[in-house]
Amino acid sequence: MTTKQTASTPERHDGRVAFLAAAAPRRLSSVDVTLRRLFIIAVAIFVAMSLAQPDVFPTLDNFRSMSVQFPELGILAIAIMLTMLTGGIDLSVTAIANLAGILAALVLTRLVSEDAATGQAVGGIVAALLVALGVGLLCGLLNGLLVGYVGITPILATLGTLTLYTGFSTVITGGTAVFAVPQFLFIGDGDVAGIPVPLLIFAVLAILFSIILNRTAFGLKVYLLGTNPTATRFSGISNETVLLRTYLLSGLLGAIAGIIFLARNNAAKPDYGSSYILQAVLIAILGGVNPMGGFGTISGLVLAVLSLQFLSTGLNMLLIQYSGSNFFKEFAWGALLLLVMVIDYFPKLRLTRGKVATPGAGVPAPDPALEEDPQRSAHPR
Amino acid sequence: MLKQKLAKTEVLVALAIVGLAIIFSVINPVFLSVRNLFDLLRSSIVMGMFALGVLVVIVSGGIDVSFTAIAVFAMYVTVKLLKAIDFQGTLLVGFVIAALIGLALGLINALFIARFKLSTLIVTLGTQSLFRGFLLFVVGSQLIRDIPDSMTSFAKLNLITIQTADGTLASLPAAVLLLAAAALVTWLVLQYTLLGRGIYALGGSREAAERAGFPIRRIQLFIYSFVGVLSGIAGLTYGSLNRQANPFDIVGSELDVIAAVVLGGAQITGGRGSVVGTLLGVFLVVIMNNSLILAGIPSVWQKVVIGVIIIIGTGIPAFQQRRAERRARIALAE
Repeated sequence: MTTKQTASTPERHDGRVAFLAAAAPRRLSSVDVTLRRLFIIAVAIFVAMSLAQPDVFPTLDNFRSMSVQFPELGILAIAIMLTMLTGGIDLSVTAIANLAGILAALVLTRLVSEDAATGQAVGGIVAALLVALGVGLLCGLLNGLLVGYVGITPILATLGTLTLYTGFSTVITGGTAVFAVPQFLFIGDGDVAGIPVPLLIFAVLAILFSIILNRTAFGLKVYLLGTNPTATRFSGISNETVLLRTYLLSGLLGAIAGIIFLARNNAAKPDYGSSYILQAVLIAILGGVNPMGGFGTISGLVLAVLSLQFLSTGLNMLLIQYSGSNFFKEFAWGALLLLVMVIDYFPKLRLTRGKVATPGAGVPAPDPALEEDPQRSAHPR
Repeated sequence: MLKQKLAKTEVLVALAIVGLAIIFSVINPVFLSVRNLFDLLRSSIVMGMFALGVLVVIVSGGIDVSFTAIAVFAMYVTVKLLKAIDFQGTLLVGFVIAALIGLALGLINALFIARFKLSTLIVTLGTQSLFRGFLLFVVGSQLIRDIPDSMTSFAKLNLITIQTADGTLASLPAAVLLLAAAALVTWLVLQYTLLGRGIYALGGSREAAERAGFPIRRIQLFIYSFVGVLSGIAGLTYGSLNRQANPFDIVGSELDVIAAVVLGGAQITGGRGSVVGTLLGVFLVVIMNNSLILAGIPSVWQKVVIGVIIIIGTGIPAFQQRRAERRARIALAE
């Protein structure tokens, strides 16, 4: 179906075109296998759950309920994927989501009264959305500056900002929840042409980021940076700018997720979704994103988030008689993450492509073949 | 050059502590009272033990966020076990049990990290959920208030008791000796054993360490078992000092510990860090947390302060390193 010969065609003088031509089909062929396997996994889980709970699982009500639940997680997963593609990680996305949601809620309660007319309500809602997105951008900006320009390892930088943003949320709310207004809830509960709004938002974002990653120069740079930051630096790509933009986008996505949190729960808390990070990382890795950087697709991510949603809802149904089903799910996600990582270790079964994770490092090791300058630090990022 | 740099960071942290002590004692003279100092030391015990384990992990170039889950798991299971057999003897048995549980859980981490060579952050992210989920679902999620007598008597055991000016008693729990012992052991291992050299080497460059002949897998096995054992003991200490076994506790304080270790001079990329620095870092974080309250700042600001500390504490060395790199690159180009 796809050939690898394109790269060696001697007539191609335009290096950039040759590279793109070589890169695209090569990525596609390996991705096909991953996608096919993920599709099988998703279908298998769906079938298993339907067989286990034939009365409740494969129903329209359930589909609707599931399609409202997974978008917030899916959006966080896209954010995690973005930063993972560059070889880093943004652990602060949930904190950004919460902060954005909290500030949006505050704006809403100040500007929109419960019985306000639609016109005034719309104005208030728009203001709240803008505030939330602005917060996301600011938080993402800080992350990007710390990782890109100051050069702090992404893990530590985002651990620090996670604490900072959660701290802000705690200070603002005093530790409790803040509430939205009823007019806002349609973002969580409403439909547009029969499709639930959260699902619509997720679909739009998935398509948008698929385009960004596959068809823009920025997207290519993200993949390149994740594969080999030394090479990108010497290719004239500004690593700092790419990283800044990546974390900026991640923050923005976090804010959008926060808006959906608020709309669905009618409340925003400083510590909502604390297990979402783990799940988002799980989805990203299951979806074929290599945490060392450089590989991963949106399609894989979508299939992974669907698989996880089927599993989550199925588990809920199966465990309904036990009191601690949430705890079991916590155990299950941890076990699944480890399982997926171990499967990745065996070349034949691998879900992700690219570098195998090097142990003893939360940070990727440099490519020794390119290490000419002994004084250069191990981490150009 | 390395030793000079190390010494420099610790001196800075020590200066920061002195500086803060001066500021806080001016704001509220209670800060310098014996009672407060004992309180600060008491708060440092558990965090200090965690930090020592995390230090060893970070020096090796890894990161561990599951140690809090290991601690609460070991604590809760030990308490349940002691109560189930109605054990009346010394708490030493309890500590041995907790240490063994911590060892077992740490070995699970070691399995994934050493054998399967997986990324330490993601593995420990996974095992944190694994351990905690298992604990809450299988072992139990009930708060236990009537802990075994051995734990209560351990908590009440005091090293020093001083009568303060206003007639009340200020006491320092004997548990602080546990921290001292842990610090001593960690220091001996890191400074004076080949294993310790291997840990630093692994953190500096895994490739180089492998080629130099260090047994990487065995070293990692030790590292994660070590942090597991320390966490188990720390968890039981926490339960004793708090007079209750709450399975929802401890998890969530990982960042404070990591902040303390990094503040104390340990480099997240590995290869650098010391016990003294870590203890100073812990003390600094404890002072910040406890003294905010003394200074009248509401505790909701604690997280903000810790976050700023992490960012500044990691930002400055990172920025300095970047500048040094740039200078080196320019020098080479000339």
